Amino acid sequence: MTSDILVNSLFVFMLAGFLGFQVIRRVSPLLHTPLMSLTNALDGISVVGAIILAGRHESKLAFWLGMIAIVAATSNIVGGFLITDRMLKMFKSSGPRKSQA
Amino acid sequence: MTLPENFLIEVIYLIATALFILALMWLNAPRTARRGVLAGEVGMILAVVGTLCEHGIIEYQWVAIALAAGAAIGIPLGLVQMTAAPQRTALSQAFGACCVTLVGSAEFYLRTPNVSKFTMSVLALEVVLGGLTFTGSLMAAGKLQEVKFIPQRPVTYRGQNIVNLVVLALAVGAAVALVRNPGHTIYYPIMVGIALVFGVMLIVPIGSADMPTVISLLNSYAGLAAAAMGFVLGSKLLIVAGALDGCSGFSLSVIMCKAMNRSFTNVMFGAFGQVQASSKGVEEARTVRSASAEEAAGILGAASKVVIVPGYGMAVAQAQHKVRELYDVLTKKGVNVTFGIHPVAGRMPGHMNVLLAEADIPYDRLLEMDDINSDLPQTDVALIIGANDVTNPAARTDTTSPIYGMPILDVDKAHTVMVIKRSMSPGFAGIDNPLYYLDKTLMLFGDAKGFVSDIVRELSGSGSSH
Repeated sequence: MTSDILVNSLFVFMLAGFLGFQVIRRVSPLLHTPLMSLTNALDGISVVGAIILAGRHESKLAFWLGMIAIVAATSNIVGGFLITDRMLKMFKSSGPRKSQA
Repeated sequence: MTLPENFLIEVIYLIATALFILALMWLNAPRTARRGVLAGEVGMILAVVGTLCEHGIIEYQWVAIALAAGAAIGIPLGLVQMTAAPQRTALSQAFGACCVTLVGSAEFYLRTPNVSKFTMSVLALEVVLGGLTFTGSLMAAGKLQEVKFIPQRPVTYRGQNIVNLVVLALAVGAAVALVRNPGHTIYYPIMVGIALVFGVMLIVPIGSADMPTVISLLNSYAGLAAAAMGFVLGSKLLIVAGALDGCSGFSLSVIMCKAMNRSFTNVMFGAFGQVQASSKGVEEARTVRSASAEEAAGILGAASKVVIVPGYGMAVAQAQHKVRELYDVLTKKGVNVTFGIHPVAGRMPGHMNVLLAEADIPYDRLLEMDDINSDLPQTDVALIIGANDVTNPAARTDTTSPIYGMPILDVDKAHTVMVIKRSMSPGFAGIDNPLYYLDKTLMLFGDAKGFVSDIVRELSGSGSSH
């Protein structure tokens, strides 16, 4: 890794960090469980690295580790998105008809 | 200017990154939250498709098989009951961390010994965090699922923190040796092995009541591990997604710690949740008043404002649907019913909200601690279902109590307090609750689900006779 790419990466990491804290702060405590399962699913983005490993097949070891990693990450992604959507579907407002009693 | 060969792929990654950020932004309110999930899904599909277009991918069939197998495992994981959401999250986190650790290991063996010092440091960080998150999350999932051979109560021994620190130091030592000379491959399995063991050791002393903090913290580690992987692979998409996840987990664990008035170090090393000796040391025979479902129904039906405080006990008894019936029958009688949700009620952040939403209770009836506490002095009945420590007034008054200073729901300020509880045994934190001995408190002994349905039956019976 050249120092150029390193500095770029550090910049991206820092900006994403600040952005992350700002965005997360606004999430209502009502939705903290879906927040966790969604970030969990997004974490499955590591599948990208696994696909490159298995897809390029540079060594037997890398290929098989990559294959297992794809399975693990994909189950994380699919399960995470699925349950997050199921949770969010359940959140219903009582609507305008029931104003404060 | 000529475009680089992989320009299109980079643009796809850029869009995916933007969609991930939008996903979290839209999650801030229930109205837009589902759009957020969609954005996340589209971003993820774009990222996978973009990667498949990367130079040098040859094994399309195998990758497709692995993706399909992963989806086949993921679908049942996405269809579990909502009460099992905490252990599902922990398990899924373990899978994510497993992927990160495996990818890091493969990268190491492909590149060694030609690894720069910086790359080796991040790679070590990646696999150590990934490894300890993997076993730690598995342990947490096991504890939450109450798997037989995993102890529920915290396991502690003398010098535990020192042993843990020594183990961590060994892992760091192996990592340093690898950074100095990446050709010494012998240190690699040692480092990963120690990280895996350390994950178990980290979770063993943690009690169930601290699970919300610990799951959030592990979530944060998983994110940081993914970000470290982004540094190794030079992928900005991974760095951003990992950083977002890391921030989210970290923010949540800070919120959970604040809600318990405890520090990180105290949660991780304090071994909360052992059965504590009574704070005063005097076990006088104090009397409690108990009541039947009929009496409870009478009081609830005559009230004009009722606050229900749910806790983990409601989840265990699967009582949320019965609670919804109670909410319906009381609302029909003109009683104003709201729910007071403590940030650490349940086993993960927001656990109670999801269960009550599952039972179709409108989310605008679910109030946070600060809102409900200003309402409680004007409340006729506070009905506590399966919650304990978050209602313990000792946190306000008794400086010797282990939970002194923890923000609580001030249910003792309501005119009448009713507590549905199986017996007088202390809660998960093992702390006696003086609330139960107040004159205004009525204990309703029984299973949460059964007792609530008895109350509902009484209320609807008396409703029809009028």
